[in-house]
Amino acid sequence: MDPSRIWTRVHPLQWLLIVLLLAYPGPASDFFTFQIGAYSLILGTIALSLMMLGGLGGMVSLAQLTVAGLAAYLVAIFGENSVGVLGLGWPWWVTCLVAVFIAAVFSAFVGAISVRTEGIYTIMITLAIAVAFFFLVRQNYVVFNGWTGFAGIEPPTLFGVYWRDPAPFYYLSLAVAAFFYWAVVYCSRSPFGLALQAIRDNPRRMHALGFNVAAHRVTAYFLAGIIAGTAGVLLAWFNGRISPGSVGVDVAIDILVIAVIGGMRHPVGPFAGAVVFVLLQNFAIDLIDRERFNTVIGLVFFLVVLFSPDGLLGIWSELRSRFQQSRQSRFHSRGSSGGSKTFDSVGASQSSH
Amino acid sequence: MVGARTDALSKLQGAGRYALELEAVSRHFGALVALADINLTLESGERRAVLGSNGAGKTTLFNAITGDFPPTAGRIRLFGEDVTELPGHERIRRGLRRTYQISLLFDGLTVIDNVYLACRGIGRGRFSLRRPSDADPAMESAENLVSVVHLDDVRDQPVANLSHGQQRQLEIALALAGAPRLVLFDEPAAGLSPAERAELIEILQSMPEHIGYIIIEHDMDVALRVAQSVTMMHNGRVFKEGTPEEIENDPEVQQLYLGSAHG
Repeated sequence: MDPSRIWTRVHPLQWLLIVLLLAYPGPASDFFTFQIGAYSLILGTIALSLMMLGGLGGMVSLAQLTVAGLAAYLVAIFGENSVGVLGLGWPWWVTCLVAVFIAAVFSAFVGAISVRTEGIYTIMITLAIAVAFFFLVRQNYVVFNGWTGFAGIEPPTLFGVYWRDPAPFYYLSLAVAAFFYWAVVYCSRSPFGLALQAIRDNPRRMHALGFNVAAHRVTAYFLAGIIAGTAGVLLAWFNGRISPGSVGVDVAIDILVIAVIGGMRHPVGPFAGAVVFVLLQNFAIDLIDRERFNTVIGLVFFLVVLFSPDGLLGIWSELRSRFQQSRQSRFHSRGSSGGSKTFDSVGASQSSH
Repeated sequence: MVGARTDALSKLQGAGRYALELEAVSRHFGALVALADINLTLESGERRAVLGSNGAGKTTLFNAITGDFPPTAGRIRLFGEDVTELPGHERIRRGLRRTYQISLLFDGLTVIDNVYLACRGIGRGRFSLRRPSDADPAMESAENLVSVVHLDDVRDQPVANLSHGQQRQLEIALALAGAPRLVLFDEPAAGLSPAERAELIEILQSMPEHIGYIIIEHDMDVALRVAQSVTMMHNGRVFKEGTPEEIENDPEVQQLYLGSAHG
């Protein structure tokens, strides 16, 4: 890849988004930087791991939050916590690496169990695993400290920066989210990424082309586990604690809701969904009674699914193609060529500048 | 010493003689006998048509050979190697390919990506996370195959946008990817226009000589023009084998075909 081409290949709107994301903590209050910004990025990253499995691989897993939760628990167990259970005090980077790796292996294990299932059965098996993990950590006091879980989980202080301060933590979450976003976009055009999409479309044919479908699926779960596990480490630092309430079924379903609201066709969907979700979670109180958050999010979910099966992404591309069409009909009143053709030619002219 | 060498040599030559050997292959679905005691050998490079009415077991035979539905009894040897216990994708890596009666394609991907994957399936680096470079040999052979099946115009179109005939052609391109040695064509002409049929026959006839194939085809006209030998199946059994002329003129075959056509 020629680095100089990046300037012409990135759409002006994308540059605007990058600048906005980088400048965001400046005008934003601590609350908006940390509780809204960083939290959206973390949830978006977990939902990204689901998008990778579901959108690219056709495997909808409800256990991605469980993978993130396991990594968060391991950070408390291998690192330091304030409840006096375990807390082995390993160096932070060893803790993080081991936590993410074990989470990814666990994810691969989930994949190996569910690899021969399709559709609703994959959802049921992964849901069962999520429920089992929830009850395990709630009832096990020796390792997971049961109902209370762990508190006092701290990110390291590096380069003189306390990374749990709003702005540094926001940038840390942004860096992680941006890296995995780029990784998913890039790898979706690699042989493995293409194979994953082909397996989504037609697993039987992939067999008939010499691909080991099961091995590809399990590998996809492993890679998604790295994404979810890394987000889980951030989640532990964000909350400063991890307890069964953070890995419950309701939260696991929230991740699916985020991915569906945002759209699973492109990696940007989960992040869009996460922003909407976190904003609603925080401000539903202002719209309606404080206990009615689930009603509001349910209503939004319902409306999005009803009007756009592809979530916000679908609404966006619909609006864009309508805009292109109306612009085209204004400039060429003959209107002989179809809308999709204009779409392509506009895209081509943008990339050539 | 010399004797041992010629012995080994003849074994070596013998191993290369047959592309496919089926030995008493049967397939049952519960009480239903879809394949009964099939014995069939195909020499390397041989081109065979399989004929038979609906339900004769032709597609089940393909499924048994490729491992989509493994046989319940019998042995299958591919290029001299016993593959009865091997999973489907391992048989493909040994040079076996197939097309499907109803196109099984990757609807969400473009034509070139479909063929690229087919080329990548038998090579190394199936798990590579790096994007293919411009010099990727698999991409090069994918480009070639797309031209062979006359799909250059729709190279970057998603498969879902293709016409039925184009999808059938892509189906063939996927089966020809990556140095195949034996291809199983399951009714490739089904639903094609006369012009597309002629194109299909041209593609089949222009295939390199070392590539053998078995073709299931209802259209006698197509089948007899592209095959050197014919196997006639009936009720899950091999009913007759012979050259196209022998089969065409066989009174029993005529009775079976005409009888069923009139009854």
